[in-house]
Amino acid sequence: MTKAVSPLGEAWGQFLRNKPAVAGLALLIVIVGFVLYGHFLFNADPYRIVWGPLTAPGEREGIPLGTDFLGRDIFVLLLKGGGPTMAVGLSAALLTVVIGIAMGALAGYFGGWVDDLLMRLTEFFQVLPALLFAMVLVTLFAPSLVTISFAIGIVSWPGTARLTRAEFLRIRELEYVTAARSIGAGNSRIIWKVILPNALPPLIVSAALTVGVAILFEAGLSFLGLGDPNTISWGQMIGQNRNFLLEAWWPVAIPGLAIFFTVFAVSLVGDGLNDAFNPKLRSR
Amino acid sequence: MAMMRYILQRLLYGLILMLGVVVLNFFLIHAAPGDAAEVIAGEMGGTTEEMMAQIRAHYGLDQSIMVQLWIYLKQIAMGDLGTSYHFNRPVTELILQRLGPTVMLALSAQLIAMLLGVVLGVLSSRRPQGILSGFVSVFSTVGYAAPVFWTGLMLVILFAVWIPLFPVEGYVSARFRGTGLAYALNVAWHLVLPATTLGILFLAQYARLSRTAMIEVLGADYIRTARAKGLGEGKVTFNHALRNAVLPILTIAGLQFGNLISGALLVETVFNWPGMGRLAFDSVLRRDYPTLLGVLFFASAFVVLANLLTDLSYRFADPRIRTGGR
Repeated sequence: MTKAVSPLGEAWGQFLRNKPAVAGLALLIVIVGFVLYGHFLFNADPYRIVWGPLTAPGEREGIPLGTDFLGRDIFVLLLKGGGPTMAVGLSAALLTVVIGIAMGALAGYFGGWVDDLLMRLTEFFQVLPALLFAMVLVTLFAPSLVTISFAIGIVSWPGTARLTRAEFLRIRELEYVTAARSIGAGNSRIIWKVILPNALPPLIVSAALTVGVAILFEAGLSFLGLGDPNTISWGQMIGQNRNFLLEAWWPVAIPGLAIFFTVFAVSLVGDGLNDAFNPKLRSR
Repeated sequence: MAMMRYILQRLLYGLILMLGVVVLNFFLIHAAPGDAAEVIAGEMGGTTEEMMAQIRAHYGLDQSIMVQLWIYLKQIAMGDLGTSYHFNRPVTELILQRLGPTVMLALSAQLIAMLLGVVLGVLSSRRPQGILSGFVSVFSTVGYAAPVFWTGLMLVILFAVWIPLFPVEGYVSARFRGTGLAYALNVAWHLVLPATTLGILFLAQYARLSRTAMIEVLGADYIRTARAKGLGEGKVTFNHALRNAVLPILTIAGLQFGNLISGALLVETVFNWPGMGRLAFDSVLRRDYPTLLGVLFFASAFVVLANLLTDLSYRFADPRIRTGGR
């Protein structure tokens, strides 16, 4: 007799058989581990000037990745700068998903004028160029990690909303929804307890990819010098060192690689989740 | 006739969206801490209360908020986006100067991404398990994960510093005095790296998308029929399959314009390209709100227009949409 497996368990099994996805997950765990616990291992002040400015990687022992334009240790900065980047990425993605699901669920479930109104709102936010609008928000209201997460969240939700709406439109016509209604379940119960759990798989995938987008977004804002001035972040490191690009490539290249590998790992995981939830698409 | 009505409808809808952007702009400035008078006073390097009151009266800041909104809307309807705090010149004039370079950058990048992407996608669709297909999948994940401003900086190091093929930054060489074709070529030479940087960001998406669309279409019955008739592979691929795979590609192209503008903003900053993005960046540094919001207005208008054109090209590409299914 075969053991019964829950759909989530089955998807997890699929995920584990997907090599790139598992590699991505491992890479992600390593990066997050370094960012969270790295400064316990290498207890150092990132603001401390350790050697001459723009020392090349490996040129001096104990400074494996060289120094930046002020002579600060790039490796220590990297450990410290990952935190804000990831915190903003995660909270912005969370905000995106919450707004997107709420909007999409209401629009898809109720239809009619609610749908019209919310979809017009969605289209409106899609017209605003996201980065520019985020720049405006951050400039008008002081740049802090909260403002930045908020700005990214408020410009990124339309995609999630559309996806949620499409899922709700499809699922609300299914028999188990009718069944739930016939036993007297109210609207909010049907939306959150009946339809949403069944709409989750594509939303989880999109949430994972949203984290990647939000990290890139935060990096872009910090690169432009619009990040929180009181914290170090990877994008900010690139922005500060770019004026010395012609003399030294490493203070710019290395933080960029850190961003790249983080987003790359996140998107491998996202793709893996997608394949795990949609086994039919795997042949493509 | 139906086409004209449709275009008018879409235009009207676009105008309503733009009205929304304007109203949002207005309330954003008002929600911000401090008012315009303080910023202007700051730019002038301090002033008296009396002067502040004068500035407030001049910009209508002493009126009620609804009256101010009405004044603002009337100004915008007449093409007046206000005066830049910093440059002390009309915002519209400042932006119009910068519009050309941005449009040139965005369209070149879009062109590079679409042409190369579709070619890569079509070629790899012919062998879904082949090396090229693998390359397209890997490249599309890589292209997506690299921050666009970083890609630009790396290309500068590679192709402007280590192998000095292209200029590091700028729009035209500093002491360049040529005109006509020579001038255009000099600008084009400066355009290569920025446009490639921005193109790479979207190239992968087009490649992946056209590959998926082509694989789907190539499995259709009419492709088998076309092959059975004895048509050559080239003809089947390009005349029969690609024409039908082009719709999803167009959809994405239209949806991309907002991202294209955001990307252009970063790329312009990296390459010191004198476009709207660079202007937005400069006005952020100087807290020049009218200019910043003016750029937001123009960029949104650009996206609305791009969406309209996509819709129209859609109808052109697919007769079923054109005739409403009849």
